[in-house]
Amino acid sequence: MFDWLAAGWANFCEGFYNNLIHADRWKLLLEGLGVTLEITCAAIVMGTILGVILAFMKMSKIKLFRGIAKTYIEIIRGTPTTVQLLIMYMGVFASVSAPKWIVASIAFGMNSAAYVAEIVRAGVESVDHGQIEAGRSLGLSNLQTTMKIVLPQAIKIALPTYTSEFIVLLKETSIAGYIAMEDLTKVASMITSRTFNAWFPLLTAALLYFLMTFTLAKIFGCLERRLRKSDLR
Amino acid sequence: MIYVENLHKYFGDLQVLKGVNQHIKKGEKVAVIGPSGSGKSTFLRCLNMLEVPTNGKILIDGEEITAPGSDINKIRQKMGMVFQQFNLFPHKTVMGNITMAPVTLKRMSKDEAEAKAEELLRRVGLLDKAMAYPAQLSGGQKQRIAIARALAMEPEIMLFDEPTSALDPEMVGEVLEVMTDLADAGMTMVVVTHEMGFAREVSNRVLFMDGGYVMEEGNPEQIFQNPQNERTKEFLRKVL
Repeated sequence: MFDWLAAGWANFCEGFYNNLIHADRWKLLLEGLGVTLEITCAAIVMGTILGVILAFMKMSKIKLFRGIAKTYIEIIRGTPTTVQLLIMYMGVFASVSAPKWIVASIAFGMNSAAYVAEIVRAGVESVDHGQIEAGRSLGLSNLQTTMKIVLPQAIKIALPTYTSEFIVLLKETSIAGYIAMEDLTKVASMITSRTFNAWFPLLTAALLYFLMTFTLAKIFGCLERRLRKSDLR
Repeated sequence: MIYVENLHKYFGDLQVLKGVNQHIKKGEKVAVIGPSGSGKSTFLRCLNMLEVPTNGKILIDGEEITAPGSDINKIRQKMGMVFQQFNLFPHKTVMGNITMAPVTLKRMSKDEAEAKAEELLRRVGLLDKAMAYPAQLSGGQKQRIAIARALAMEPEIMLFDEPTSALDPEMVGEVLEVMTDLADAGMTMVVVTHEMGFAREVSNRVLFMDGGYVMEEGNPEQIFQNPQNERTKEFLRKVL
């Protein structure tokens, strides 16, 4: 019984050493984590800005703007992210030498924008029309009403779905290996192919992804609670 | 102060206003009564262009607000509006609700606006609620805050769109009291209402609307004691 436990422990230590310590493999994983974070952050910034613009285009009175936004969202949502990433890398940026992380960030950002646009639109449209009338009747302009009255309420409504989108995006960057980027997933599978051990590298990667998404959810959860203080009765 | 000339309004094929002509003088308190669907709310909402008239002219202080290129935001600053559903901003405190417009529109500094807000809150009897959020208030309190919010812009005209219709009966009184004070202070008011008591006691002119027309108008005694129009008689029989 104890022999079996001791052997198991020795096995674990060896695996741990081989997969995470030997040849500074933990550093490789950390670098991969850095790449994942880099792409995610750049993509969410771009996705959010472009998404808000698209959302307002889709709600615009101008038919052309609505058409552009609608088409963009349909196409992006209707095609796989992996294919979009490959088109961006091997097509759009084929003859331009741009760092790969920029190519990936643009691909993921453009993808996320379509989803953010719908999240923002749903948030804005769920604000009661009476709020807009109240703002306008006080003499506020359309823009002032949007910024001071509609958006603060829309953000509060949209925040939980936006958090989900952020988490989805973070996980989706795990396909960056398709364009030979060494993100967390790619690095983990590289280690696996060296050590022939599936458990240590991949479970470590999974744990790191989970810690990131968990932290994100916590941060946004705090924000949500703060925004909700006006609902208290 | 308010001139309305041949006002028509369509919603799609539905004609809601069929040619309304009115002249409302400074300091007048006009009550607009009539059955639902008669166009009285639409008439009121046209006065500050929340509904854009299909045809006709509206002049406020000599300025034609229906003319293309008129600065409607500027004119709306002179006209407060109070809604049936209060429409307070739920993400702002009572203080924030009242000071937002004057500060955003640079009519007052933040300090001035807050001093003004305190004065208004005292006037509507809710000074202790300055830091509360709308969700913490009763309907009557919300409506009194909505009135204070409109008054913070120091308007010359106040429009009321069924201000007591969404209230529990025991809260109607506190809102009417604030409105009566306002009327006594000389404010020009246009009030769409189902409160016949208020129309009778406070207004100095009553418009009876039905089917998109002003069917009858006159001072409250004429309308309530001696209505001429058959529709007015029928309506008053039902509501009084």
